[in-house]
Amino acid sequence: MKELSRRDMLGMLGMAPLAVGGVAQAFAAPSETADARILPQAQTLSAKARRRIQEQHLPNIPLVTHEGKRVLFYDDLVKNKNVSMNFFYANCDEICPLVMANLAKVQRLLGKQVGRDLFMYSFTLKPTEDTVDDIREHRKMLGAQPGWTFLTGKPEDIETIRAAIGFKYPDPVIDGDKTQHIGNIRYGNEPLMLWSACPGMASADWIAESLQWMIHPQVDRVQKS
Amino acid sequence: MYYNVFGEKVSKRRFKLMCAAAKNRRELIAAGVTSRREMFKMGLLTAGGLLVAKHGLSSRAYAQSVTTNNPASSGANTSPGTNQNCVPGNQMASPPTRPFVVPLTVMPLAHTVPSLTPTPTLNPNTGAGEVRAAAFQAPGISMSRFPVVPKTLYQFNQRQFSTSQHPDLPQQTIWGFDDGTGPRSPGPTYQAFYGTPQITRNINSLPSITEVNNTGFGMASVSTHLHNAHNPSESDGNPCDFYTSGRFCDQYYPNVLAGFNSTNEPNGDINESLSTLWYHDHRVDFTSQNTYKGLVGFYCLFNQSDTGNEETGFHLPSFPQFDIPLLFSDKVYDPNTGDLVFDLFNLDGILGDKFLVNGTIQPFFEVSPRRYRFRLLDVGPSRFYEFFLTGGVAAGSPTTLPFFLIATDGNLIPTPVQVTSVRIGPAERVEVIIDFTKLAGQTVYLENRLNQINGQGPAAVDSQVGPQNSATTECSLVLNNSQPAIKAAGTGNLVLQFRVTGPKVADNSVNPASKPAFYSLPSTTATPRIVRTFKFDRLNGQWSINGQFMDCNTFRFAVQQNSVEQWLLTNLTGDWTHPVHIHLEEHQILTRNRVAPTVPADMGRKDVTQLHPNERVQLFFRFRDWVGKYPMHCHNVVHEDHAMMALWHVVAEGDDVNVP
Repeated sequence: MKELSRRDMLGMLGMAPLAVGGVAQAFAAPSETADARILPQAQTLSAKARRRIQEQHLPNIPLVTHEGKRVLFYDDLVKNKNVSMNFFYANCDEICPLVMANLAKVQRLLGKQVGRDLFMYSFTLKPTEDTVDDIREHRKMLGAQPGWTFLTGKPEDIETIRAAIGFKYPDPVIDGDKTQHIGNIRYGNEPLMLWSACPGMASADWIAESLQWMIHPQVDRVQKS
Repeated sequence: MYYNVFGEKVSKRRFKLMCAAAKNRRELIAAGVTSRREMFKMGLLTAGGLLVAKHGLSSRAYAQSVTTNNPASSGANTSPGTNQNCVPGNQMASPPTRPFVVPLTVMPLAHTVPSLTPTPTLNPNTGAGEVRAAAFQAPGISMSRFPVVPKTLYQFNQRQFSTSQHPDLPQQTIWGFDDGTGPRSPGPTYQAFYGTPQITRNINSLPSITEVNNTGFGMASVSTHLHNAHNPSESDGNPCDFYTSGRFCDQYYPNVLAGFNSTNEPNGDINESLSTLWYHDHRVDFTSQNTYKGLVGFYCLFNQSDTGNEETGFHLPSFPQFDIPLLFSDKVYDPNTGDLVFDLFNLDGILGDKFLVNGTIQPFFEVSPRRYRFRLLDVGPSRFYEFFLTGGVAAGSPTTLPFFLIATDGNLIPTPVQVTSVRIGPAERVEVIIDFTKLAGQTVYLENRLNQINGQGPAAVDSQVGPQNSATTECSLVLNNSQPAIKAAGTGNLVLQFRVTGPKVADNSVNPASKPAFYSLPSTTATPRIVRTFKFDRLNGQWSINGQFMDCNTFRFAVQQNSVEQWLLTNLTGDWTHPVHIHLEEHQILTRNRVAPTVPADMGRKDVTQLHPNERVQLFFRFRDWVGKYPMHCHNVVHEDHAMMALWHVVAEGDDVNVP
């Protein structure tokens, strides 16, 4: 599969990389010094916030990869990384095939960045049905490349992660119906605390571009009409 | 003609699904799933070789979910995937704060600057770090009316700063706007005038996005939208144009009436005069965080009638002494540390348990016994309010006091209407006149009595606002019979305290009870060039418009410049309310569930329309003067950030896409 350079990527995504000028100084206004004063405070608050986010949303619970390897959700999968996360199950004939095919395309668009600059994770919603062999086979069918890890675990642990990253419906009846499961892709840059989500059924190009913001947040963009 | 609402024209839908299926199949093959056996095993293919129609995508599933024009009060929900019960959120409670110990902050007027360095240029000055999509359109129409460098210039730096939102909480590190007098949130209030074009240089001076300093939420990558303005596309503040620290965008605000270069040359239609606009960050996927973090402010626009001087024109209370913008937001604070927190992992909508007005929690405002004009703005993220004026609280016998509604969203309504409440959703504005003359010495409250227990919208919804409400209104809906729509007087959220203890001062403002005439409503009888239908729905937790999702690289439809369109907004999400906002042009509501509007909230000109569960709302538009790209979206900013948005553009030759 042809690897895309970042330059190709930007062109393909319609992003317009703009000249980086050393112009910030030109706009220095009187309270720049005030900004500098509060920066240490912001950094202290940020360290606290990062712990709070980890405690509430990124629990350090054990999971098993498609290779049968034991990993910890926070320490091994998310900490200091850019990530995408979604849920699927192997025999899902609802939206999973569309979302997973989309993700396969996203991985191709992002090329070698996946596994180096960004890690893709897909969690089975049905850990009691999906064995490690099942998710490995499913991953193979999708043509997933290294950097895209499929995971299973104890049912209660999977549920904990699903709730922690906000992929639960408020109504327990709907939430219990796996065919209606949340089809979004959570994406984030853990150290910088940049987190959002996009629909798994959005265009693969657009999902790839959204994930690029996590890898290269310092991007400027204009959309030509 | 492809009306797909309520089940009509399903064949078009099926055709589109087939196309989508074929495309997905190609993608699967391209993705390496090439074996028919494997695809079959995955449940992707039917024996006939077609991609299996997915639940929630198939026309059959749609047919099930579109027959939902439920009768009033049925409470039935036939739309799969939606929350059918009102379940209280599981969020933590903020620390206690004493109410009414902080005076209301009235944001100062924005300061102009004599010049900008470097000087603004017609084309984006990319060499100097400007990030703008295109050349200014206005000077191309008239260089004399709209010089490239107009006389009125502002320079707004967006900065991180530290401020108190309540004395019982620690200092908060948030983001705001600095016009040269120091950063603040809400930002300084613009006092703008029709006929006086201006440029605002919006500079991103937030801390570096590549370092750990955002205190837990916020994307230091911005695009500042001037909400409700009849503005050229390149200066609109589009979500798909954004820039990081050290870059800027010069935004040209012509301050010109709609129709100035089309239907009503040369000055535009006076009946479309705007008064209350607001500016806010609009960065795609991150708007909820960035506005919650403080990137919001007011933009008040005046003309020869709405002068800001009670001695002239419409004689409305003088700005800014007796004409007060009030910006409402609800927030959550960490129960242990008191730090402002934002739920980054929410897909549905966020409610705060602390109510802020102009940046502080439950402030008080000392007023004189006279008339005041208040401009109420709900910046969300997801809360709707129904505000009442409540007296007699201290005596233990709360009473509801009447006041006058004078404007909905940006526009004065034809004449004031006496009401006992006003309802607003995220991004909506209303203007009211409260007469404190007979309340001298008393303490009264602005009280939110709307019952809302999660991000989906009010717990029980009817389509109408104010005292005209009644259970017999045709489009009334009750979602949850165990939840009252409106709480009893004194049992809601006392958001703002008025102490009528100020000095007695002259009042030369018009008495709204005398029925002064403001503007007339423009005619909506013109034949539309096209009718477009937009279905707001939820597919497996994904917020969608016509089954599709936000994508900055795709224009979903093309509006013809200077043409009339009719849009049909439908909401099939069972029990979610979507405040739908459309950029560039305002609209007028022709019908709500096939009935012409009967209440002020629906009768005026609007840029946000509340789309309640199982409703269809028919809107009239004229798209005039400017060209280029604009979005439409749900302004529950959590839904907006999760792709309930569509990008479209205005071009010389419009398209014929009925269901974009």
